Amino acid sequence: MATFFGEVLSVYSRAVEEDDDELDENEEDEQIRRELEEKREVHLHWSPEVSESLKSGNKLQCSDFILAVGQNASSFLSVHILSTPNWDTIGRASVWNERSRAVMGQSCEESACVFYRHKDNPTVLICQVSCYVAEDQLFQWTEKVFDCLQHRELNVTVLSDTSVADYKTADYLGGSSAPFLRSLHTSAFGDQPVCQSLEQPNIVTGLAAAVLNHCQVHRIAAVVYQCYSDVIGPDSVTMETYKPVLTKLGRSIQLDPSPSTDALRKFVRTTDLQSNLYI
Amino acid sequence: MFISSQRSAPSFRDFTLVMPAVAVGNVGQLAVDLIVSTLNMSRVGHIHTDCLIPMAGNNPYASCKEDGEELHTPAEVYAAAELKLAVLQIRAPILQSKTKKFRQLLVSWIKSSGFSRTVVLSSSHAYQRDDQQLQGTPLRYLVTPSLLKGSADALKELGWREMERVPAFPGLTDGNTEPRLCIPGGGITKGLYTDSCKEDLPLAVLLLFCSEGDNIPDAFALANHLNDWLHLLDDNVSDTTAQH
Repeated sequence: MATFFGEVLSVYSRAVEEDDDELDENEEDEQIRRELEEKREVHLHWSPEVSESLKSGNKLQCSDFILAVGQNASSFLSVHILSTPNWDTIGRASVWNERSRAVMGQSCEESACVFYRHKDNPTVLICQVSCYVAEDQLFQWTEKVFDCLQHRELNVTVLSDTSVADYKTADYLGGSSAPFLRSLHTSAFGDQPVCQSLEQPNIVTGLAAAVLNHCQVHRIAAVVYQCYSDVIGPDSVTMETYKPVLTKLGRSIQLDPSPSTDALRKFVRTTDLQSNLYI
Repeated sequence: MFISSQRSAPSFRDFTLVMPAVAVGNVGQLAVDLIVSTLNMSRVGHIHTDCLIPMAGNNPYASCKEDGEELHTPAEVYAAAELKLAVLQIRAPILQSKTKKFRQLLVSWIKSSGFSRTVVLSSSHAYQRDDQQLQGTPLRYLVTPSLLKGSADALKELGWREMERVPAFPGLTDGNTEPRLCIPGGGITKGLYTDSCKEDLPLAVLLLFCSEGDNIPDAFALANHLNDWLHLLDDNVSDTTAQH
């Protein structure tokens, strides 16, 4: 693209060049492609009791499904909800892609995507996703998870982290405005969101979008609370931005509205050794 | 696959389908937005598929605060029954590994819905034009043999320019290479066109040579070009923003 000042900028075009289908794929190429596809498949691993139930054709009874996407959203749920001893771990999802790597101290597979169920109220499910789910895996993850849940009178709440650099607005965003919340909901959602609706031309992408798409076409009540933050990585101020959502979640589950500083500290690392670019 | 957003599935039999290709400058998609908003079309369903990158947003056609909070998905179908017109809008890129599957999905949906004809709005990189294409109008068209049967006269009257076939290796004087269809930057346009020829579908492609930038004027040009043929509006839409 040329500008008025005569410079030529290389502009990224969203038009994808179509692969030349005339090129025959030989057997070896096809096998490699198939193996790669299999490796990238999303797998759900449920506890024995849940697996048995699903195998016999009974979906998980679920009235509230709360999904946290991102480190701050996940930590928020850990501190305010999962800190009470009333939760069973009932499953996890394994997702492999080009960004998968073992996080220091723990295997990425084990803790990246976990499902919890409330002991006293087993129709409330929570899922924390702190790993990267690639674009070609988002739809699959959503379909596989929702296939296990019964849809009638299901309410879905998604807490999703994102960078304030992705927020588009005509007005100047002062330094003190981030972090802040914006919401998006499906047509079937009848409640009032706890914050402002996401203004044009902003959109939601990633797992939150995949879940919204699924819920919209299947007429499930769902709301996404997107938190725009200027901090990369876990941060207590960003985590606290989700607090207004507690008023809605507190209706169906017991929660800890004022956790101790120690509890918060456990989830907030000060500096990651690997990222010493900015000290 | 198509999922209706109304209580019963709408009938598209004998409707004209207009759809964009995700292509350079997003011109097809912008033109489709123009059509949907100008004709005030209502959404009748979604194409729910794993071939598109998921995205979600509020109503881009909101005219007042009340309908501003309606969720929109990557591929949606709008209809105007009085014009026998259906429009598919695609808002997200197609996953690179799924382009063939997406084309197959579209072809089978077009067939099963019984559209009388399909028009694909697309674009192609302006910088890849050859000497011939640099002159004259930047608009081009393509029709499948099936559509040519019914529309040959109309197209002749419009005086449109058919998309040229270009030599596979320009400059090489090897007589063995046949000129072939090439739509650089056109996304799935060429694939969809060749698939439709194979499946004997009545399909037309309307495309524009353009570059990335402010493509609003290109969208107006393409939409008006389409209107010259389909007569969706009595007067062509004018680009009021061009005055700035």
